[in-house]
Amino acid sequence: MQYMLMICGDETAAAHANDGCEGWSEEMEQRGVLCGGAGLRPPADATTVRVRDDRLQLVDGPFAETREQIGGYVLIDCADLDQAIEIAAKHPAARYGTIEIRPLWQP
Amino acid sequence: MSPDVAEAVAAAFRAEWGRVVATLIRVTGDWDLAEECAQDAFAQALQRWPRDGIPDRPGAWLTTVARNRATDRLRRAAVGAAKLREAAAMAPEPFEPVADDDVVSDDRLRLMFTCCHPALAMEARVALTLRTLAGLTTAEIARSFLVPEQTMSKRLTRAKHKIRHAGVPYRVPPAHLLPERTPSVLAVLYLVFTEGYSATAGPQLLRPALSDEAIRLARVLVALMPDEPEALGLLALMLLHDARRAARTDDAGELVPLPDQDRSSWDAAAIAEGAALLETALRRRAPGPYQVQAAIAACHAQAADPADTDWLQIATLYGELSRLTPSPVIELNRAVAVGMANGPAAGLAIVDRLAADGTLADYHLLPATRADLLRRLGRFDEAAEAYRRALALAGTDAERRFLHQRLAEVSVPG
Repeated sequence: MQYMLMICGDETAAAHANDGCEGWSEEMEQRGVLCGGAGLRPPADATTVRVRDDRLQLVDGPFAETREQIGGYVLIDCADLDQAIEIAAKHPAARYGTIEIRPLWQP
Repeated sequence: MSPDVAEAVAAAFRAEWGRVVATLIRVTGDWDLAEECAQDAFAQALQRWPRDGIPDRPGAWLTTVARNRATDRLRRAAVGAAKLREAAAMAPEPFEPVADDDVVSDDRLRLMFTCCHPALAMEARVALTLRTLAGLTTAEIARSFLVPEQTMSKRLTRAKHKIRHAGVPYRVPPAHLLPERTPSVLAVLYLVFTEGYSATAGPQLLRPALSDEAIRLARVLVALMPDEPEALGLLALMLLHDARRAARTDDAGELVPLPDQDRSSWDAAAIAEGAALLETALRRRAPGPYQVQAAIAACHAQAADPADTDWLQIATLYGELSRLTPSPVIELNRAVAVGMANGPAAGLAIVDRLAADGTLADYHLLPATRADLLRRLGRFDEAAEAYRRALALAGTDAERRFLHQRLAEVSVPG
């Protein structure tokens, strides 16, 4: 099954932006579960797009001004939710932020 | 239909429902289909057992009928090639017992762990366990937890969807995950028990059906995980509490406090069984919160007279429990035990620390305990005030009536 791990944190999480993944990526690469992912620049650099009545509406900033924001994502392919939980729990960000596991729609 | 056959079907339902559903989920991967086919199998039993006789192995008969029904349903529903392949893989089986008992047992344990997966909300785990393992109807579960049937139905549907779509595996977790996953199974069963033993709200203080289901499921768990001392501890705890059920309320439905209970109406066989199970568990030398709580319950259950209660031992056990699972409620119970072992002033000191802490501000037993200790110290005005605070927070009518009675006692001058 495929899951997206959404890595969330409050503003203090930005301090970890250049921490690297302490071998997590290497291990997951080796296990062949990684399908993609990236770290995201902070919400201050976000632009939100909507089209209503054929008119483009742009907002400077993220979806919602919540305390926790997505700081990165990883796409994984593994057997089941237990494995996804194990993979997410090993990610260094799980110790200072929050990781949301979302299954992808299956084809 | 003869009463024998009706009773046989009812007994088979209690004993086999969970097994049939558990196996059908493994075979079909479809929770709703599994439940529907299990229901069909029991309906068939009602029709055919009066005519053909009660099968030697009702569980195997029911599982086979349910499996064949599932095969039919999948065949008929098979519009795409994928579904046909699924159906073809499940050849119908003759009415010979197919069930290898070990495999069937594993299915039930698989179902327990899946229902109690920590990725599900606690209330969903409880509902799913009662529906799929115990065979309670959605309406019965809704009534037990005092929510509208529609709410319960949505809760069950949502939980089943999550299991399917989020990829919750249908299995007993591997050994390295058991230490973190078994407590959830135990917690769900204990929650079902306590909800039956001491309803948190509503006119009825006891809902025995839930306690019975929890004990039945705990017996299954103990049989399937014989090496887990906490499962033994949990079953012992339930039996020791449940042994006092008849004495906990009087004919008018009033709550009878432990010291005033008629000990001759306690279930001696259940107490003996609980104590023996606890012994077995303690010999494994891996203590845990359920074993400690069972040991506390055993201290109460084995005292022939309230005055014989070993309160010092109970206070020590609560200290141990506090160490294993720190919680203000346990600390409150320790205060009661210390109040009995070392006098009300010692107990009151612990309660006052808890009150200052504020975490139990909405819990009626905090002021109720404080009131009782103050009453025993002869500080009646303060006791009356604490009883009034407890009354404002108490959830069930029986608890409120008990508190009113005590309030009246401390309010009468002299």
